[in-house]
Order: sequence, then C-alpha cells, then structure tokens
Amino acid sequence: MQENEPAAKAANSEFVAFRVGAQEFCIDIMCVREIRGWTMATPLPHAPDYVRGVINLRGAVLPIVDLAMRFGLGLTESTPRSVIIVVHIHQQIVGLLVDAVSDILTSSADSMQPTPDIASEMAKTFVKGVYAVDGRMISIVALDNVLPIAAKAAA
Amino acid sequence: MAAIRQTFFQECEEQLSEMEMGLLAMDEGSTDSETVNAVFRAVHSIKGGAGAFKLTQLVQFAHTFETALDFVRSGKLNPTSEMMKIMLRAADVLADLVEASREGREINEASYETVASDIKSLTLIDGKEEVEEAIDFQPTVIDFGFSGISVEATPEEEVSSSHEYRIGFTPQPELYANANETALVLRELNRLGTMEATCDASALPDLESIDPNGAYFSWSIRLTSEHEIADVREVFEFVEGEAELSIESDGQPEVSDVDIAALLAKALGTPTASEPDAAPESATTAQEIEIAPAVAEIIPAPAVAAEAAKPDAKAAAVPTQTTIRVEFDRVDRLINLVGELVINQAMLSQRVIEANFAGSSSVIIGLEELEQLTREIQESVMAIRAQPVKPLFQRMSRIVREVADATSKEVRLKTDGEATEIDKTVVERLAEPLTHMIRNAVDHGIESPEQRLAAGKPAEGLVRLTAAHRSGRIVIEIADDGAGIDRPKVRASAIKKGLIPADAQLTDSEIDNLLFLPGFSTASTISNISGRGVGMDVVKRSIQALGGRISISSRPGLGSTFSMSLPLTLAVLDGMAVSVAGQTLVVPLTAIVETLKPKKTDIHALGAEGRVMSIRNTFVPLIDVGTQLGFRETAAQPENSVAILVETGGGARNALLVDSIQDQRQVVIKSLEANYGTVEGIAAATILGDGRVALILDVDALVTGSFEESVSGELRYGTGG
Repeated sequence: MQENEPAAKAANSEFVAFRVGAQEFCIDIMCVREIRGWTMATPLPHAPDYVRGVINLRGAVLPIVDLAMRFGLGLTESTPRSVIIVVHIHQQIVGLLVDAVSDILTSSADSMQPTPDIASEMAKTFVKGVYAVDGRMISIVALDNVLPIAAKAAA
Repeated sequence: MAAIRQTFFQECEEQLSEMEMGLLAMDEGSTDSETVNAVFRAVHSIKGGAGAFKLTQLVQFAHTFETALDFVRSGKLNPTSEMMKIMLRAADVLADLVEASREGREINEASYETVASDIKSLTLIDGKEEVEEAIDFQPTVIDFGFSGISVEATPEEEVSSSHEYRIGFTPQPELYANANETALVLRELNRLGTMEATCDASALPDLESIDPNGAYFSWSIRLTSEHEIADVREVFEFVEGEAELSIESDGQPEVSDVDIAALLAKALGTPTASEPDAAPESATTAQEIEIAPAVAEIIPAPAVAAEAAKPDAKAAAVPTQTTIRVEFDRVDRLINLVGELVINQAMLSQRVIEANFAGSSSVIIGLEELEQLTREIQESVMAIRAQPVKPLFQRMSRIVREVADATSKEVRLKTDGEATEIDKTVVERLAEPLTHMIRNAVDHGIESPEQRLAAGKPAEGLVRLTAAHRSGRIVIEIADDGAGIDRPKVRASAIKKGLIPADAQLTDSEIDNLLFLPGFSTASTISNISGRGVGMDVVKRSIQALGGRISISSRPGLGSTFSMSLPLTLAVLDGMAVSVAGQTLVVPLTAIVETLKPKKTDIHALGAEGRVMSIRNTFVPLIDVGTQLGFRETAAQPENSVAILVETGGGARNALLVDSIQDQRQVVIKSLEANYGTVEGIAAATILGDGRVALILDVDALVTGSFEESVSGELRYGTGG
C-alpha cells in the first residue's frame, strides 16, 4: 500500500488496482464494497458469456462479471486465487472477477491521462483514462459500461 | 398534518372494522350493552376525527348514524333484523365516505341519501325528532395549565326532576398518557347541569420528587342535573379505567324509568326485551366486571343467560393489548436479515460437520443451541408480518350483502377461524380472488328464495367462509349450500366453447375443474356481478401466483366448496429440487402435477426438434430443461431422466425433462432482479444449505419460451406467476 501524500490529499482519490490477464486496471475505492475470494458461481441461463453466474453474498444474489471476458481478453481461469471485487454500480451490487488485486494507489485527478487513441473498441468503451505508476500503465475502468446489458435495462 | 391525517385514516379503518364486527354481532342477536357501546364508540371516534379534519360529509353522516345508535344504546330502540339491515348498510356508506375522504374526493350525496334517511327515520319513532345536539367538533386546544382550570358553575334553572350527584374523580397517569384532559371532562360534565368542583391537590409531592408523567390531583364534584346517571357516566366514558371514579346519587330515585323486574333480570344476566342501558349500577365499572363472570358461573341453567354474560366476561378477561405501528420496510429488512442468519447458520453447521467434531463436543452443543435460537427468531419475525384474516373476512360480509341485494336473494355469511394468521401480502393479494369467489358463490351458488323453498331448504342461503391452519399451510374454504355445480351444463358449455372434445369422458371432478379454464362461464346471462367469463381462471391464476392451490368439490343440490391452500408466507416456497446438467434447480411445487419415469417408447418426435411424451394416451409437449436454459447443447436421453408433469397458469400441461430429483424442500426466495435483472425462464433464486445459489424455475415462462422457439408466438400464455 502506497503512502498518502499529505500535501495533495484533498485532490487525491484512492484506487484499487488489479490484474486482468497481463494488464492492470483500477477502480475508485469508493465504489468497492469488499474484496473476496472466488467461490463457484451458479450459471445463469441466457446470460452473456462474460456473466459467470451468481453467488451468494450473505443472503444477496450477486452476479459475477468476468472482466477479462468483458474486455475481450478471454475467459479468466478461475482458481482459488482468483478474486471477486464487489462493487456498487448505481443501485446494484456486482462482483467483478479478476486475477489478482495488485495495489491501492493514491492519485490526483490531474495526473490522469486520457486513454491513448487506439483502434481497440474495448479501450474506448471500458477505459476512462490511464495512470502512469512507476513505469506501469494502469487503466481506469468505466464501471458504468461494465454492467450486463440486461441489468442496465432493468435499472 | 398529513401524518396526523394518515394516522386518522388508519384508525378509521380499525374503528370501521370494530363497528362492523359489533354490528354483525348485534345482527346475530347479541344485545349486550358492551357490543352496542363498541359500535357507538367507533362511530363516535370517526366523527370526532373527521370533525378535526373538516370532513363535513363524513361528520354529518356519522352523526346521523351515531344518533340512531345512541337510541339503541339507551334502549329507546330495539334492534330488529330490519333495522340491523339499515345499520349495516349505513356502515357500508360510512366506510365509503371514509374511503372517499381519504382519497380527497366527494361522494355524491344522492348515492347514500336513502340510507341516510332510513337511518334518520329510525330516530323518528314517535314522529318527532329528538333535539339533536349541535355538531360541534372543532379541534380541541390542549391546555397545559396545571392551575387555572376554572370550571365555572353556570347557574341553570332548577328543574324539579333534578338529581344530585356526588362524584369522586381521581385520574391515573394513564389518563394523561392517553392524551385525555381532565379539564375537558369537567367541562363536559358542566354541560349537564350545575356543578361545583373542588380540586384536591394534597397528594402533590415536592417539586423534587414529582414525576412529570404522574397524576396527583383528584376532584370531588357536586353536580345538580336533570340527567340520568347513565348520562353522567357517559361523560367519563373515554377515561374509564384510567381514573378512579365513584358516582353517587342521592335524594332522587335513580332508576325512574326502569322497572325493578327488568333490573333484577339484568342483575341475573337474563337479557330482557328492552335491555335498559340507563345502567342502574351506581357502582364503579370494576364492580360491573366482577359481576359478569360470576353470573356465568352461578347460573348454569339457561344457555341464553350464559351467552349474554359471555361478552362481558370476555371483555373483562382480555387485557388491553398495546400495539405499535412500524413501517413495513423495517420489518422486511429484519426478515431479510433473519433469512441471511438462517442460511449462515446452516452453512456453519455444515462446516462443523465437515470438520468432524465429536458429537458431544461443546462446539456441536453450542451450534445446536444457535440453531434453535435462529429458528425461534425466524418464527417470531415471520409472525410480525402475519395478520389475522379477520379484516379480509369482514370485507366479504359486505360483498355478500351487496350481491344478495342485487340478485334479490337472501344470503347469510358465516365466518370461522378469523383469527388465523397469514402473511400480510398474502392477505392483501387474496382480497380480489376471494371477492370474486364470494360473488360467484352468492350469484351462481345460492338459488333464489323460491327455488330454495321448493327444494325444501330454508329461504335464506348460507355461505360459509372458513380459515384454518393445516400442516404448515393455511386453508381457506368457501362453501355454499346452493344447488351445486350443474355438471351437464358445465360439460355442454365446455363442448360448445371448444374447450373439450364432444366425446370426452370426464369424471365429476374433471368436469368441476373445467370451471377454471380460461374463457369459461356458466352464467346463461352475463350479469354485472359475475359471469364475465374472466372469473375462475383469473382466481386460479392469482392463487397460484401466491404459491397456492385451489380445488372444488360439489354435491348436486347440496352446494359447492372451493378450497384454497396457501403458503403462510411469500418469503419461502415449497419446491422440488432437481438436478439439470450438474446444476440444482427448484421447481415450484404448486406447478407440479406428477413426476414420471419415461420409457423410450413414450417419447415421440414431432417436427424437426419438438418432442412429445405420451402420458396415459395423451400427448404433452416435452421440454428439455437443460437445453432450454442453455446448460447443455444436446438434449438429455429421456430414459436416463425424470419427467415432471407441470401445469401452467393457463392450464396447459407440459412435461419437463430433468436429470434427477433431489428432494422436496422449502426454500427462501431471493430476488435476481435487485442486482442483475430478469432472466427468461427463471422466477427467482434461492440459497442452498451449502451456501450456493440455486435458481427457481418460472414454469410458465419456460413453457412459453419453448413454444416461441419451436412453434409460434401465437400460443403464448400469460407469463405471470
């Protein structure tokens, strides 16, 4: 965990960084409700391929979105080491399946760089911007677009 | 103000049901003063509240009604069955007015004018109208002053027949806690005549030891009035039981208009014709209460006497129950939490068993205690949502009256088991189907008085509405003693409508069940009460949507019985857990007709992909749940599977092919919509004992979905349920 820089604290926000395949992404820590290990999900019929199913989160039924699949990076191989990041998106609670949580970063809004203009449809849809941290590139996920279509229609 | 208004209407509802209950008791011949008083009080409270909100229409009608009730109460009127009919109709009007006021609309005065004038005419027995007290119900200003309650004795003309009363009045703290005010009581008393009130403040402690909620004053009052003692007592009606009260009358004979025989009779508990309410008991109410049970014990002979005394005894025995109003959201949240607790506890037990603790270890014992506690918590929390079916049943008596009037039949509704409790949502959603069925029972079930007399039955038909708990479910029955189902007619009608083939061989119960088919109506003429052809199939669908089942039994000439079996709560569901492609799915038990082990020869291909299964020579579409839900690509081998014959809300039968049946269990229903969305073919989710999520099938949608793919959208049935 990186130390806070007291001087710039007010403008800073914290992000949870995680690995999906070989790439690193991050989301605002305020969206994160909890981080938990992988449990077998119950598959949902007629669901898009990136919805891995639903799990029981203390009595609530939680859909699991495979981020790698959502980003078009192929199926996440779910191992006991895989991680589910439970996030709120609007009124809903969704679990994001990622390979591992790597870091918690503190970063100010002005150090965010716009998404480099490349042809990738995935980058345009799911990446809001990027951070450069110690020579790594960490993409900020546009959570709103991650939701399953069916869920968005219902919301 | 809006909040107070809402409370008022909530209270109105309670008062209305109290009133209705009392009136029905009176209708059945209960003439004891407690019942009449309860009705009077209910109407009076509605009037009072309505006055505060300036609901003029309501106040006026309530006032007229109250006046009539007052006549009954004071014995000037003897309730006859004719009169009770008017009263009950007035009660309906009053309920309508309350309803209209709540919604802020006006009711056309003409619509209830006849009832109002009927009621008024009751109070005109001697041809002259009694002097009505002015309708004066302004919001009362609450005076918080301790001192300065000056009750001036306005000298009035002494009337020769005046009585002198000595009243001792010591309010208890409860009086103030219930927002009563002694000043108002005294002011009211002052209206009766000349009054001299002395306040005794000797019990007042030092300021230090004073309890701000306490009551320390008492009054001794000397009242000269021409009113009877009952009127004096009436002033204290609302503070009864909250104050020590003694009323002594001297000089004058207290009971000038009640003969001694009647008095004696009353003391002995025998109801007399004119049940004098000019209550001659000069003692406090406490004594009155004491007498009643004693009477019930001592006089064993006349059953009538015991019965008359019973309500009093009951009233005395039942302590006042205090209630609080809680928002439903809070209760629901609590129920959800408890549901989670139960699942969690089950998971914990499973883990402990997996960890191989010795059976006698303290962990196991502690866990068992926890299990017991959670179950108890769950039960008590569920009980919060449970409501007696009584208000629902009371509404039905009105339906019976209305339909009986409209069809000029004589029908009496007898209810039983009103105290049976059931989930509030079930109660609410039961109102409509129940109304439908009650209407049907009166409109179609009960014959006209002439027909009944010709058949050797009493002219008055009887509809019985009963509720009871039976093996974890609630069973509601509606039975009429009418003509029963006219089976040849039902059959002919079904053939005519093309619902069954003309040569179909049907058993009696199969014919009865034709009533539930969509688009079926036996009424030869379409009345506005029932027989619009949307009747029983809609009823069946709404009952099934509640997870219930409905059945009919009928005996020609003796009547029909509709019996509904409902779950106690909507939070849990009886289901059959089945395995499909390695997944556990739950099929609602209400949809299942039977389960079968299909033989290879039972399955026939129809078209490119469609398959049907023959069950006792009828062919039903076979739906492979695994492929339908996309759990596997290729259809399962029927001989290695189990077929579940299901019936949809629309009445269509289908066979669902699943791999195996696990067991039958109760599952807690969890929403999928909250965090995801609706899924075609899935009604909801549940959580299994191992903590995993299992899906609950939506049989209707599943069947419809299979039609859409293989046949056409035209055969679509409702997806409700």
